[in-house]
Amino acid sequence: MATLKVPVTQHDHIRGSVNAPVTLVEYGDYECPYCGLAHPIVNAVRERFPRQLRVVFRHFPLSQAHPHAEAAAETAEFAGAHGRFWEMHDAIYENQDQLGMPLLFALADALGLPEADLRSALAAGKYAPKVKADFLGGVRSGVNGTPAFFINGELHNGTFEFDDLVASIELRLPARAAL
Amino acid sequence: MSQILSAGTVAPDFKLRVTPDQWLSLGDLKGKPVILAFYPADWSPVCGDQMVLYNEILPEFRKHGAELLGISVDGAWCHEAFAKDRHLHFPLLADFHPKAEVAKSYGAYRETDGVSERALFVIDNRGEIFWSYCSPIAVNPGADGILEALENMPNERKNGHGHAQSSSHAA
Repeated sequence: MATLKVPVTQHDHIRGSVNAPVTLVEYGDYECPYCGLAHPIVNAVRERFPRQLRVVFRHFPLSQAHPHAEAAAETAEFAGAHGRFWEMHDAIYENQDQLGMPLLFALADALGLPEADLRSALAAGKYAPKVKADFLGGVRSGVNGTPAFFINGELHNGTFEFDDLVASIELRLPARAAL
Repeated sequence: MSQILSAGTVAPDFKLRVTPDQWLSLGDLKGKPVILAFYPADWSPVCGDQMVLYNEILPEFRKHGAELLGISVDGAWCHEAFAKDRHLHFPLLADFHPKAEVAKSYGAYRETDGVSERALFVIDNRGEIFWSYCSPIAVNPGADGILEALENMPNERKNGHGHAQSSSHAA
């Protein structure tokens, strides 16, 4: 039914082999507790398919419901501009229970990214257009909550339990692997 | 699933409470497109909540000059608490008394459950249904269908302005 309307490009944050036969795109919100639960599962799934799977993360902050979600997404983009997206991404989810501005500044500091630069980027909304573009692309693709997963462009309708995601990925493997 | 009113039908008018002391009728919004979103109940979990999602997408709906109305059988006090908790910036209509009268008139009532369907209606500036969709009750239908309908709606049925409509219906 719902399909991914915005193809994966080099502007995306991609983890894993560029030529992997299966692509998992996650639309997530850093303050969403379900996304927090899904985070270690997605990493475990990635380790389960080291060469066959690449993982993409796109922002879908519900900022009226989650007051820190937008700032967290922009902070991850800020880190991304310094080549540290995934480290920031992991660190935010691993410390989700403390999410707030002090945490975001501390995480930037831990990555050696200047706090002053992060402050001015957030104040200017420097990365807001990128976050917004992710969000609107998600809306057009039928994302109706977070986390939402697309596997090779199709909305994953199952749960985000490890076995469920692995089964969905395996379904896409044989035909693609023959290419 | 219910047989909901389809495109080309005149949208039944209604007058419902939007707050404990304010009323809103469909006729009040004539001259602009209206998105009428029936949902079963307030207070579903945040991250998958349809009204929370639409709240985020509100600026996109407004680019088409459209007004969004949420509607359920919950009472006005319940809506007020829910809207406040979720920071909703659009009206929630209480189809509360006589219960579900409006949902019934749109063919969007689930008699067995006592709640409305998850049914979406995009109504044009003259009060005619332009697009409708009924989602399985457990599935949040997202907003892609609504946005596509608004894009497909000819300008003369939106009032031809699109962007930056003035606040002509200020209460």
